[in-house]
Amino acid sequence: MTDETLRRETFPAGILGAGLGTVERDVPPDEPPPLPPNAELALIGKPIPRINGVAKVTGATRFTVDVSLPGMLHGRILRSPLPHARLRAIDVAAAARHPGVRAILTIARPDDPDASVVRYVGAPVAAVAAVSPNAAEEAAALIGVDYEKLPFVTDMDAAREPSAPPVYPPGAAPPGHPSGYPARPDLPVNGNVRGPATDHRGDTAQGFAAAEVVVDGEYRTQVQTHCCMEPHAIVADWRDDGLTVHMSTQFTAGVRQELAAAFGLPLGRVRVVVDGMGGGFGSKSQLGAYGRIAVVLSRQAKAPVRIALHRDEEQMDSGNRPGTWQRLRIGARRDGTLTAISLVSYGTAGVTVGAGVGNNAQALYACPNFESAQHDVFTNGGPGCAMRGPGNTPGAFALEQAIDELAERLSLDPVALRDRIDPSRARREERRIGAERIGWQRRRPPGADAGPVKRGLGMAQSIWGANVQLNAGCEVRVMRDGSVEVLSSAQDIGSGIGTVLAQTVGEVFGLRPEAITVRIGDTEFPGGGPSYGSRTTASVTPPARTAAWRVLSVLLREAGLALNANPADLVARDGRIMVRGDAARAMEFRAAAARQRTDRISAVAYRSDDYGGFKRRMGDAALAHEDLGGVQFAEVAVDTETGVIRVERVVAVQDCGRPMNPLLLESQVQGGVLMGLSYALFEERLLDPHTGWMVNPNLEQYKLAGARDAPAIDVVVLENYQGNSATDAYGIAEPSNIATAPAIANAVYNATGVRMRALPMTPAAVLAALGKVPARS
Amino acid sequence: MQRPLSRRALLRGSAVMTTEIGMAKVAFAAGQEAAEQGAAAVGPDAVPITLTVNSVEHALRVEPRATLAETLRGPLGLTGTKIACNHGACSACTVWLDGLPVCGCMTLAIEVGTRGVTTIEGLAMGGALHPVQAAFIEHDAMQCGFCTPGMVMSCAALLARTPAPTEDAVKAAISGHVCRCGTYPHVVAATLAAGARKA
Repeated sequence: MTDETLRRETFPAGILGAGLGTVERDVPPDEPPPLPPNAELALIGKPIPRINGVAKVTGATRFTVDVSLPGMLHGRILRSPLPHARLRAIDVAAAARHPGVRAILTIARPDDPDASVVRYVGAPVAAVAAVSPNAAEEAAALIGVDYEKLPFVTDMDAAREPSAPPVYPPGAAPPGHPSGYPARPDLPVNGNVRGPATDHRGDTAQGFAAAEVVVDGEYRTQVQTHCCMEPHAIVADWRDDGLTVHMSTQFTAGVRQELAAAFGLPLGRVRVVVDGMGGGFGSKSQLGAYGRIAVVLSRQAKAPVRIALHRDEEQMDSGNRPGTWQRLRIGARRDGTLTAISLVSYGTAGVTVGAGVGNNAQALYACPNFESAQHDVFTNGGPGCAMRGPGNTPGAFALEQAIDELAERLSLDPVALRDRIDPSRARREERRIGAERIGWQRRRPPGADAGPVKRGLGMAQSIWGANVQLNAGCEVRVMRDGSVEVLSSAQDIGSGIGTVLAQTVGEVFGLRPEAITVRIGDTEFPGGGPSYGSRTTASVTPPARTAAWRVLSVLLREAGLALNANPADLVARDGRIMVRGDAARAMEFRAAAARQRTDRISAVAYRSDDYGGFKRRMGDAALAHEDLGGVQFAEVAVDTETGVIRVERVVAVQDCGRPMNPLLLESQVQGGVLMGLSYALFEERLLDPHTGWMVNPNLEQYKLAGARDAPAIDVVVLENYQGNSATDAYGIAEPSNIATAPAIANAVYNATGVRMRALPMTPAAVLAALGKVPARS
Repeated sequence: MQRPLSRRALLRGSAVMTTEIGMAKVAFAAGQEAAEQGAAAVGPDAVPITLTVNSVEHALRVEPRATLAETLRGPLGLTGTKIACNHGACSACTVWLDGLPVCGCMTLAIEVGTRGVTTIEGLAMGGALHPVQAAFIEHDAMQCGFCTPGMVMSCAALLARTPAPTEDAVKAAISGHVCRCGTYPHVVAATLAAGARKA
C-alpha cells in the first residue's frame, strides 16, 4: 500500500479530564473513520454485562474438563518421584496387561541419552490411556521404573555455588525461552548459572560518583504458582482425516501451529477448540507436554483421549512464577534527579529459563545511566513459565521499594519524587487521582501509631508494554435474515472478550450486543491471537470494527437504493438504517439485510499497524509507542504483636487506551490487585530440600487470598486516547497485578518503619523484621 | 489405587457413621443399607443407589469410592458442578443436600441416601434465574466462571437461611471458596444486592 492511498483523519487524543485534544493520523482506506470518545458512543465504553453470564451462572458453560466424546479414553501421566535421576529401566508389561488399558507411552527412555534423565519431581516419565480415570491411575501405578538417583539441588543460592550438583551437563542446558528475561539465546552457562543478560546506557560509574544519595538494597521474591481453577486439560481426537483438540488454552491458533509442526500435519487438518476457559494467567499459553502426550495416546489408541491434571500435578508441573534475588542501587541528587541505576538479579525457573525481573528499573524512570545483569539459575524444580506480568511483577517489588526508600532519604513525598522522575503523562494523572481517592494527605511518618496495631499508606507504580498481535483477525457476517455473527479464534480467558466484540460490532450496526452472535475459541475462524501479554482487546477489537464497517458499507449501498439516498448520508442506529437528520426516511436493519442477493455479507479483517506506528516489532507481535501505566495505593493495618498484615483498602488507577467496558475492566483490575495481594502476603511454593518434593501441592497449604482477605478495591480506569487503531483499545490484565505487592510493602513500611524486602510478607516474616522472633533461615 | 481401599475401610463394619461436612450431617446410607442386609462391607464393585437430583430420581450403579461430584458429572452428565481441587479445599464442587451446601468432592454418592441433591442446573426454576444468579450477572461476579457455580450455590444457600445478610456474613459464606480470578468483591456486592431485593 502506498502512502497516497492513506486517508488523513483527526482522532481524539490525550487523557479525558487532563487535556483531551486531537491528533492527525493516516488511516488505510479500508478502515473505518475515527471512533469518537466513549461519551458519544452507544455501547463501547459502557458497563455492559457479559453476554455469556447466563451460561456461567447456570453451569451451562462447557469447559474443556466438561467435554466428553463417544469412546473417549482417560489419560494419566506417571511422574518422577525423584528430583534428579537416570532411568536404568522401565517396564510397562504389567500395565499393558491391565484390562482397561488401550495405549501406553514411555516418555523417559533409558536408551535415549536425551530422554533418560528426569530433573524434577513431577517430570513426566510415562503415560497410559484407559477406559476410565481409575483404570488409568491403576495402570500407571503398575509401570515399574528403575531409577539411579543423581545429586540434586532445589535452593537457588545453593545452586549458584561452584560445588553444586549440576542440573544439566555442560552444553545441555535449554536455550532461550520466548517469555521473560533474560531469555535470549547464546548466553554463557557456568555451572547452574546462565547469563548474565546485560543492558546498559550511559556510564553508571560516573552516575554514582555524581550522586548525592545512594540507596542500595537486596530483595527476594518467592515462587508463585498459577492455581488456575480449571486444571490444564485436553481432549485429543486423532482421526485419519485430521486432528481435533479441545483444550483449555490461552492461544488456540498457537496450539494449532504447535500441533501441526509436532505431528507433521497441514494446518487445515488441525482444529483447536475452547469454549469455557477456566483461567490461565500465563500457564496455558502452549501445547505443553501433557498436550503432546494426549495426542500421541489418541493416535496410538485410535480413540479420543482426555487428560486433565490433578491439583498436585497443577502445582508441581504446570508452570510457576520464578523466584528471584535482586540487588538494586539507585543514585540521585538532592532534588531527586536520578543519576544512576544498577540492577543485578538471579532468578530460578527450575529446570528452564526465563527468571529475569523485567524492565522496571530500565524504563520506568528517567535516568541517564543504567546497567543490569540478570541471571537464570537452574535448580531441580518444576519449570517456570510466564505468569501475569512476568519479570516486571517481582522486579517492581524491588524497584518501587527502592524509590520509596530514596524518597525518604531525600525527605520527599513518594508521589512528589515520582512527579519529578517519571515522564509518563498517564501515570502523573493516575498519581493525582489515586492520592486524592486514598486520602494521601493523611499519610504520617513511618511508625506513627503508638499502639500495637499500626496503620500506614503506600503507593507503587507499574510499567508494561502495550502489546499487539499483528496476525489477529475477525470475520463479521450479516446473514440475509439480519442476524449478525462475529467469528475469531480468540479465546475468552475470563476477561470477557466475547462481550467486548459484541459491543464493538453492535456499535457499528446500531444493534444491541445481544443481537450479535459471538463465535470464538475455534481455529475454524480467523486467527484471533493469544490471550497473553494483555493483548487480546488491542489485537481483535480493531479488526472486528473494521470488518463490521466493511459489511455495513455494503448494506448501506443496498439501503441507499431502497431509500433513494446517498449511502454516505445513511447511519445505522437503534436497529434501523436511516438518513442522517431525516428519521422519516429509514428502514429496519433486517429489511436492508433481506435485500441481499447472497446468503450473507461477510468480511474478514486483520489487525493493521498502529496508525502512529510501533515502538518495536517482534515477529507476529508489536509494541505500541506508549506503555501501559498503572499506579496503586494501599492502606494497611499491621498488628505488631501477631505480625498479621491486613490490607484495608487499595486504590488502583490504570490505563489501557480506550476502556471498552468499565464493568469488565473493574473485575479484571480487582482480580489483578487480589492476585498481587495474595503474592504479597500468602503464596509460596515450598520445595523440600531433602526430597525435592513440593510440600504444599494443593489449595489449602498453598495459601491463597480468600474473600475475607479482600480489601475494598477502588478501580479507576483512564480514558487515554492515542488515535492508534479502529478502537484505540489496549489491555489491562498484567499492569493491574504488578504494582500491588510493592504498594503494600511500602504501606507496611509507612505503618511500622520496617522495610520488608522479601516475599511473602507472612506474620512470621513481619515479626522477624520487627526483631520479635528469629528470622527464618 | 489407595483411595478405594481407604474409603472401603471407612465403611467396613460400620452400621451408621455420621460426619460433619460443612453444615450437613451426613449419614452413610449405603453402609446402613449394607448393614441391614447383614453385609459387612460394600464394593469394590458398583452398587445400586437411587439419587434424587434437582427433584428427579435416578437409579444407577456407582462404585462405593465414587464421589457425589464425580457421579453428577459423569453418569448424570451434570457438569455444572466443578472439580478443582478434589480435596475439599476450594468449594468449587458445592451442591446442596436437603438445602445445605456441601462439597461434592468430599461426599460419596452412596452416602447421599434419600436426601435431595440440588445442583447449579437445578437452581433456576422454570427458566427464571435465581435472584443470586441474576445479581451475579448484573454485578459481573464472575470472570473465567469456573468457581462460579459453587459460589452461586453457597450464596443462594446463605440467602435461604439469612434473607438479608451483612457483608461479613456473605464473606463468611464464601470463605471456603477459592476464586483465582479474584471475583470476591463483585460476589459480595451481588449477594448483598440479591438479599436486599428479596428482603
